[in-house]
Amino acid sequence: MTTISDTRAVSTRRRRRTRPGSKAAYAYIAPFFLLFAAFSLYPWLDTAWVSLHDVRLSTYHQQTWIGLDNYKNLFTNAFFWRAFKNTITIGIISTVPQLCMALGIAHLLNYRLRGRTFFRVAILMPYATSLAAATVIFLQLFDKDLGIINWFLSELHLPRVDWQGSKWPAQIAVSSIVTWRWTGYNALIYLAGLQAIDGTLYEAAAIDGASRWQQFRHVTIPGLRPTILFTIVVSTIGASQLFGEPLLYHNGIPDGGTSYQYQTLGLLMYQQGWTNDRLGLASATAWTMFGIIVIAVLVNLALTRRRAHHFAAPEAAPTLQLSEVTR
Amino acid sequence: MPVPLHARWRAVAVLAVAALGVAACSSSKNSSAAQDPNAKVTLTVGLFGTFGFKEAGLYDEYMKQHPNVTIKEDDVEQSADYWTRLKTRLASGSGLDDVQGIEIGFVSDVVQNHASQFVDFASLPEGNTLKSSFYDWKWQQATTSDGKTLGLGTDTGPEAICYRPDLLKAAGLPSDGATLATKWASWDDFINFGKQYESSPTKPKGSNFVDSAASIFSTAVYQGNEAYDNSSGKPDVANSDGVASAWKYSTEAAQAKITAGLQQFSTPWNKAFSSGAFAAIACPTWMMGYIQSQAGDGNSGKWSVAPVLPGGATNWGGSWLGVPKASKHQQAAEQLVEWLTNKEQEVTMWTKGGHWPSNSQAAADPAVKGATSTYFSNAPVGQIFGAIADKMKIPPIGLYDTQIQQAFTTQLTNVETKGTDPSKAYNDAMSAIKQVTG
Repeated sequence: MTTISDTRAVSTRRRRRTRPGSKAAYAYIAPFFLLFAAFSLYPWLDTAWVSLHDVRLSTYHQQTWIGLDNYKNLFTNAFFWRAFKNTITIGIISTVPQLCMALGIAHLLNYRLRGRTFFRVAILMPYATSLAAATVIFLQLFDKDLGIINWFLSELHLPRVDWQGSKWPAQIAVSSIVTWRWTGYNALIYLAGLQAIDGTLYEAAAIDGASRWQQFRHVTIPGLRPTILFTIVVSTIGASQLFGEPLLYHNGIPDGGTSYQYQTLGLLMYQQGWTNDRLGLASATAWTMFGIIVIAVLVNLALTRRRAHHFAAPEAAPTLQLSEVTR
Repeated sequence: MPVPLHARWRAVAVLAVAALGVAACSSSKNSSAAQDPNAKVTLTVGLFGTFGFKEAGLYDEYMKQHPNVTIKEDDVEQSADYWTRLKTRLASGSGLDDVQGIEIGFVSDVVQNHASQFVDFASLPEGNTLKSSFYDWKWQQATTSDGKTLGLGTDTGPEAICYRPDLLKAAGLPSDGATLATKWASWDDFINFGKQYESSPTKPKGSNFVDSAASIFSTAVYQGNEAYDNSSGKPDVANSDGVASAWKYSTEAAQAKITAGLQQFSTPWNKAFSSGAFAAIACPTWMMGYIQSQAGDGNSGKWSVAPVLPGGATNWGGSWLGVPKASKHQQAAEQLVEWLTNKEQEVTMWTKGGHWPSNSQAAADPAVKGATSTYFSNAPVGQIFGAIADKMKIPPIGLYDTQIQQAFTTQLTNVETKGTDPSKAYNDAMSAIKQVTG
């Protein structure tokens, strides 16, 4: 077939002619770095500059240098510490069950079972759902008077719960939206990691009489270690920046409930900057959040490195890029 | 003659007008001839929520009269989002529309911080004529201390009480407007009436007298000599007589359990309009449209308007239209704003859209005062709101009124639903306010 050989000839020729030299490589990556400089680096540095000034959004050009006063204000501010604690507790309530369930689901989906593709697609559906739509549904489920969850509780002769006004129920409700949306996503990443584990390990374990639970503990978990680490890092970053769910859970008001019971740092920053007009303070919050995320990730890494000494190094690690995933 | 009042928030079918006819002889303004008045221009109008110009057919009419003008509306649903966007655009000096809507919540910010960025209507040749056609307080709220007027008033929000005669009747209480006007003269009377409602053995199950403590607070606060600010427009919450009495009455109502404990503008509150969860609500003119859109046509005739506001006449809400100096079509934009806010158009906006005029000549028009509402049991709404608009008390406004009010109403919800001690709630509100004022 002439056409096929023609195309091949052309493509080899072109490949040879334009084999990228080092200069061409810079040209290829330049667009990313230009965009990064314009939309990440510049705002990042500008935010640092603004955080050292008394600035209001309405009078943006009148900036008064106040040094670290915004940070001092923040660290002595009850609103900040409340949001900080809420971010941690909601982060734990949403991330821990989420990753555990994802691991379990991935483990099950890795076995040969009927309709496996269907289940694999189905678990990703929540991730593809719009956040606003999901939150509206959850608001109805958790409605104090008319919600199905309270109806169910009262059928079981349990007391009704104020899922909006009381602190822990509200945090659980917000966390459940996060868990619902992200479990499938993480399960899929674990599944990708599992596929890279040599199937003969399971066979060998099975021959040695290991149960599925034992296989899970002694083959799956060690094999998935790098993937688990990746999901923990990404989930930690996501949890630190949690914003949309708690915002929509209170009708778009960024206070996180009438007693600020589920106001996260992301919401507080938004409230300071856009509702309260205090850009300087909001910028200080932004940089503080950045610091918190860096510390949290480093702590995670340190903990897992130390634990990793107890196990053999994993052989096959799926390569995943952090930049692929953004919440 | 019954005049239908359309919902402010509902998209009413646009009155299609075939704009092909010959232009009526429009009075061309005495322009400085810098621009050709007949050149083709496209004017963008930046608004929030539903102002109702499009729905009342005013753009189409204007374009018919001025064939060279095309009007495009650029609308943001929530006024808070709109204001954030307008602030960023004012800061960067780009992306501004030719006409920008300005709400009472941020008119002070425009007056105090952006006076140089908007066209001054007072300095135009027709400035004095314009001034004399608006309520004086409305004109002043958009005017700087050195006399620059940065916007012309669209609507205002004179307040009365909207109520459900059927619920009051069921509880064995009087339900006609004239009697209620005497029973609800002061907030003490109103709260006592509420207690009677709650203790009535025949009141409809699951209903409360008033929707929220916020309903009382947001009204009573403007009945003081000061609301949130002193006369120079600076926040002065701790010394405000309006805040003190509004807090007293609203917490008293909350603790007497005569409120339904709903957060205003939340989903449960919206639903409650049709379910009959409350019998009365503080009702600025624009609230009638809101009630109608939430309660729906099925509840037509169930609501009414009492010709009274406990504690004295006052205003809630209202807007202006301004022209940024960055506009490339300043004169055409000024002309459009003057036309949209003149007597004739503001009469139309009331009769077709339920927006009470800020143009005092329009408010005096028989078509405005004679309006009744079928939806609200044929209440003579023109007469009721006209009488209130004539004697409204208007305290000074300031930069952060919206956020300060939100801080108080949020804490009132805690008093209503969680039984929070009013003095703790007050302190919590004050510390939230400190976060705003700095």
